[in-house]
Amino acid sequence: MLDRRELVRDLLIDRGDLLVVCGLGSATYDVAAAGDHALNFYLWGAMGGAAMIGLGLALARPQKRVAVLTGDGDMLMGLGSLATIGVQQPKNLAIVVLDNAHYGETGMQPSHTFSGIDLVAAALACRFTQARAVSRLEEAAEVRALLHSGQGPLLVNARISHEDTPRVLPLRDGHAIKRRFIAAVDSA
Amino acid sequence: MHTPTNLKTSWPDAIFAHFRRVGIRQVGYVPDAGHSRLIELCRDDPDIADVVLTTEEEGVGLVAGAALGGQRAALLMQSSGVGNCINMFSLLRNCGFGCVVLVTMRGEFGEFNPWQVPMGAITEDVLRLAGFLTYRIEDADAVDDIVGAGCDMAFDGDLQVAILLGQRLIGRKQWTK
Repeated sequence: MLDRRELVRDLLIDRGDLLVVCGLGSATYDVAAAGDHALNFYLWGAMGGAAMIGLGLALARPQKRVAVLTGDGDMLMGLGSLATIGVQQPKNLAIVVLDNAHYGETGMQPSHTFSGIDLVAAALACRFTQARAVSRLEEAAEVRALLHSGQGPLLVNARISHEDTPRVLPLRDGHAIKRRFIAAVDSA
Repeated sequence: MHTPTNLKTSWPDAIFAHFRRVGIRQVGYVPDAGHSRLIELCRDDPDIADVVLTTEEEGVGLVAGAALGGQRAALLMQSSGVGNCINMFSLLRNCGFGCVVLVTMRGEFGEFNPWQVPMGAITEDVLRLAGFLTYRIEDADAVDDIVGAGCDMAFDGDLQVAILLGQRLIGRKQWTK
């Protein structure tokens, strides 16, 4: 199984003007650990909302690539948004689920994916162009290529270890995160 | 299906004119009889992405994402949908995303279905508690004025504005042919 920090680091190498939406909790810490960036939109709440923020952004900026990096808990809470994205068919949107099959923020209780609920199958059923599972770091380069040039909507379910990782805390001021992001998109 | 009956002006058209004026580019909605005409206008406009949602709270994320990409977005929902959004509304408040929500009211004037009443009765209070400025419209003549002002406040000031379209404006839901 993958180390979440190593995977996210490899996915965000030479990211260029990739727009990144991070789901609350560990996904936000992972993206921050890979290096703070003005084109990161860190979520600290709004659980279940990451994929839809990605959709709004992808529709607003069809010439840019949008990557949503989020946890299995956030994706499960927003499962309906897979269907909504499937209707819209945004070519520039990819979702990476960092799936440790547990709720890390609340004490590692098992999530639905622990019982075999399959997010890859759900994405395919929702007309995602491509959806796949990865579990080895050697696959990171392929996934990174998908984020930058694969035809969306895409979903990658990354089976990561549920080892606890140290928290890396980025900006928490929502207004500041938003303003910084918008300014960076405008100049990207 | 509801058909606008006000002959002087079609209020959904008046709302749509303000969407055009302020440059709304994305509209999220769950299908709704009261909003059917406005949804149709949005769907027919090539400059507007119409995004049909499985639940209203998805629309809150959509608005935030649109704003991050430099676009303005509006949400159309029924009063019951407001209840589905409460936690997600914190995203708008925390980051100061300007947003206009048009809410068709159920569970009030002449409501036939008592199951609509509990949510309809608290919709405006819920919106206020969640940080929205709320305006209520009962009369088609007020639509242009209030929707225009609401859109300006939302997008000039990055505020969350909800406009409640009363059941007297929309018309009672007809349960018999």
